[in-house]
Amino acid sequence: MGASTISVGADRARRDVEAQLTTARRDWKGPLFVGALLFGLLLAGFFLLAVLWTVVPDGLSVLSDRGLDFLSQPQWSRAAEYGIFDGLRGTFWIGVFVIVFAFPLGIGAAIYLEEYAEDNALNRFIQLNIRNLAGVPSVVYGILGFSIYVSFFGGFFPGDRFGGETTAAAGATLATLVLPIVIITSAEAIRAVPQGLREAGYGIGATKSEVIRHHVLPYAAPGILTGTLLSLARAMGEAAPLIIIGGVFGGSLGPKSGFFDLKQLGEEFTAMPLLITQLAKNPANVSTWRETTAAAILVLLVIVVLANLAAILLRNRFEKKRG
Amino acid sequence: MSETTTEAGSTSPAPITVGSTETSSIDLRGTVTETEPPATATPSTPDVAQAVFNVEDLRVYYGDFRAVNDVNLQVLEHEITAMIGPSGCGKSTVLRCFNRMNDLITGARVEGKLHYHSVDLYDPAVDAVEVRRRIGMVFQKPNPFPKSIYDNVAYGPRVAGTKKGLDEIVEKSLRGAALWDEVKDRLKDSAMGMSGGQQQRLCIARAIAVNPDVLLMDEPCSALDPIATALIEELMEELKQDYTIIIVTHNMQQAARVSDRTAFFTAEADEHTGQRTGLLVEYAPTDTIFTNPADERTENYITGRFG
Repeated sequence: MGASTISVGADRARRDVEAQLTTARRDWKGPLFVGALLFGLLLAGFFLLAVLWTVVPDGLSVLSDRGLDFLSQPQWSRAAEYGIFDGLRGTFWIGVFVIVFAFPLGIGAAIYLEEYAEDNALNRFIQLNIRNLAGVPSVVYGILGFSIYVSFFGGFFPGDRFGGETTAAAGATLATLVLPIVIITSAEAIRAVPQGLREAGYGIGATKSEVIRHHVLPYAAPGILTGTLLSLARAMGEAAPLIIIGGVFGGSLGPKSGFFDLKQLGEEFTAMPLLITQLAKNPANVSTWRETTAAAILVLLVIVVLANLAAILLRNRFEKKRG
Repeated sequence: MSETTTEAGSTSPAPITVGSTETSSIDLRGTVTETEPPATATPSTPDVAQAVFNVEDLRVYYGDFRAVNDVNLQVLEHEITAMIGPSGCGKSTVLRCFNRMNDLITGARVEGKLHYHSVDLYDPAVDAVEVRRRIGMVFQKPNPFPKSIYDNVAYGPRVAGTKKGLDEIVEKSLRGAALWDEVKDRLKDSAMGMSGGQQQRLCIARAIAVNPDVLLMDEPCSALDPIATALIEELMEELKQDYTIIIVTHNMQQAARVSDRTAFFTAEADEHTGQRTGLLVEYAPTDTIFTNPADERTENYITGRFG
């Protein structure tokens, strides 16, 4: 057999293989799938852009004209003098309540559920209920908060002039609202900790609480942080429960304490979402209400974005630490 | 390690003493069982008195499921004992009884006798945390902490309360795990950046840093390449001077190469329920197991006819 025969055979084999490899059926489902995903992303992006498009130009004009005045003045019946101080203060204290009460309680509950609770019917029932609570409409939490924190506890400052409808009651209500979300997201993060890491700790003679404190929580920290800070953003954007709790809605607050003054926990309150609701009800073509509303929305958006940004930065820091 | 008591003529830590040495032991379910006098030794069975572990009729359950049936074996000091067998034969389950790692699994239950230096490991008065300090473990998948190399090794001594001399302990442990020369210039680097073989040797260093008596190794080389495997096997030969080692392995050649005694496990299905329960078929010096096994099932397995 000559060399030419071999090369002819090899050539034919090459052509056969090439034909098989290049005429494979087209994977048309792949691009379709990617297209559907991209559509979802673009739609979400479109709505965000639409919000920014309507809010940013108007809002910025007010913010640049009025500057810090807009942030430090109380509500006023004239658009030109209207300020959002009361709303900022209320939202700030709501955030403090969520951080001080909902975060530690929620993370603690998550640790208990994941690390200590036995897998029995009662605990599964509790877990199921926490999941359901996370889906309860916020206005229902408003009613719950009203009956517990306002009616029963008198807003934590019994005998005040505001019938219990205090900043403390509002903060407690929103902390309650996000508590199930904090528990669920923290529990998910703790569940995602590799079993091998726990075993490594136990295997070297660490106690259960040492394994949890030294290994489980640091590893779960990025996930816990993301979830909890998102829930903070959620709490600061809620309006419905605050309307039920009796947030001042459509009028100025009385004599007020300073921004950081603890005394105002026992006083009547309002918050950014309430101001925006109220502002948006003003006729758009009268005075500069439209621009004022946009500015208030813009400020709330910035606060929420900052909370999310903090979540991302902290998460990255913790993730880097965990190597 | 806070415990500094040593027995005369022995470099290993003193055995755990639980109250007074009693003639009865208490199993996990709280039923008091009379301690039998040492079973009459079968020809290959070593003297019970010098055994580090003395296992009699050990049964392990996961809930109602019986995972392992009546295991009887003695583990001798400064020997490497290998546990081999097909998947699902319960060898890892048995290994995890030796340092009460099975406690972590909900529903896991142990019956029978598991004595460590004549102390019932499953006596309610025994602290599992203290057990694990004396009986260290290296796992199948290298699982360093996401911390620096230094902190990985120092972790055990730290939780045991050691504050001084950590640098020396870390160096000694890393040398003991044949890792010192590779990492001495980057002790502060994250352990996650090491190769798999280095990570596994770090896990060994971490285990010996608390100066244990026994090292349990659960398929320590199954995730490693042949070169890293050879390194670890070499290391085991050295470690056996100071520690008693029990290794679970899927690799029969590895068992033949490193171990002094081999326990062959298999799993057999229950006639009625069809549930597969692990059992110890044969326990003998490694040479015997691999050249002249007494049981046909052992011979079939080591000659590659099943499993």
